[in-house]
Amino acid sequence: MAFGLYSLLEAAILCLNAICILHEERFLAKIGWGTSQAGFGEDPGVKAQILHLVRSIRTVMRIPLIGINVAVIALKLVFG
Amino acid sequence: MDTPSSFRQPGQKKRGKASKGGGGGSRPQLFEDTSNSQPVPPPQGYGMNYGQPQYGYDPSGGYPPQQGQYPGQQFFQDPMASMAMQYGTTLADQGKDYVHKNLEKYVATSKLKYYFAVDTAYVGKKLGLLIFPYTHSDWSIQYNQDDPIAPRYEINAPDLYIPVMAFVTYILVAGVVMGTQARFTPEQLGIQASTALVWMIIELLATLFSLYIMNLNANLNYTDCLAYSGYKFVGMIFSLLAGLAFQGTGYYIALLWFGAALSFFIVRTLRPKVLPHATNDDGYTKGTKRSLYLIISVALAQPVLMWWLTSHIMFGRLF
Repeated sequence: MAFGLYSLLEAAILCLNAICILHEERFLAKIGWGTSQAGFGEDPGVKAQILHLVRSIRTVMRIPLIGINVAVIALKLVFG
Repeated sequence: MDTPSSFRQPGQKKRGKASKGGGGGSRPQLFEDTSNSQPVPPPQGYGMNYGQPQYGYDPSGGYPPQQGQYPGQQFFQDPMASMAMQYGTTLADQGKDYVHKNLEKYVATSKLKYYFAVDTAYVGKKLGLLIFPYTHSDWSIQYNQDDPIAPRYEINAPDLYIPVMAFVTYILVAGVVMGTQARFTPEQLGIQASTALVWMIIELLATLFSLYIMNLNANLNYTDCLAYSGYKFVGMIFSLLAGLAFQGTGYYIALLWFGAALSFFIVRTLRPKVLPHATNDDGYTKGTKRSLYLIISVALAQPVLMWWLTSHIMFGRLF
């Protein structure tokens, strides 16, 4: 496929958005992916690592993603 | 006359052009300076200024321009301006250090030099290893107090020289192959380069993600992963060349051979790095299984990516 670096960037932004909009109580707890269920063992296990990663991405990227999304929306409005 | 003039050459060279003009002024000139092509004699005022320092460097600034006249020449004789220039130079140096230090935090540029410390013998042996890894017996890497030693001395160490060179060669060979199929345009080079780069980044992210997920205690940093992913370009180049020479059959045979060789190479190379060592591990059986899965999936991803990145060059677009 003729990818460009820009499509990679778009895909990355979309994926990060998808991860950030998963709501803690309304959704993740319902399907057993909430933070209360993930313990801190010595050997955390695959599921715990994934949940940990999701939580970290949400905490870190929430604010910058707002700015990035606004910028991308503005660019798409202007340049199509 | 020769020895004195050659002795004084370094100091004289800078003053020679100016003192030629001011030679009629204050001090005698000891030899005819024919080193400059078009000497424009400065007016007498300037000549007086230049005539003062006899030997050694002109203290009023770094390199006063001595050829021709331009309006700014008086600028450099002004001590304030020269001081400002020196200050500016120091500031520029500080800025450079600052940039280097901050870049170091993100890109680890000093560590990068390790990956390019190769020599011809290493490159030759490593290429031979990539083509035929089945007879190599010792895959361990010697460490030098926690740092792996430079690739120059240790054939099993990863390097970034071969992947970078192979990447560029792959782009060029892809251009050649497309040229034989009469569908080459210069934009294609850029398109192929970005496509390959994007797939490399995707593979790198997938590998790092799996390493994090499986909680493996591997000492594989991202440059190592980049190096191991980059070795596939060597196989791709040979497959494309075989396809160029022997059409479809040659391409598939070369792809199979290099795919198998690279998978074997990756499995053998990653095993000492990723698998937990028996000494400081107390029965992490889950860890061993997970790292084995990771190694096998990385090794299997290599031929798939090799095929994906070359088939659309050989046979026109598949999509």
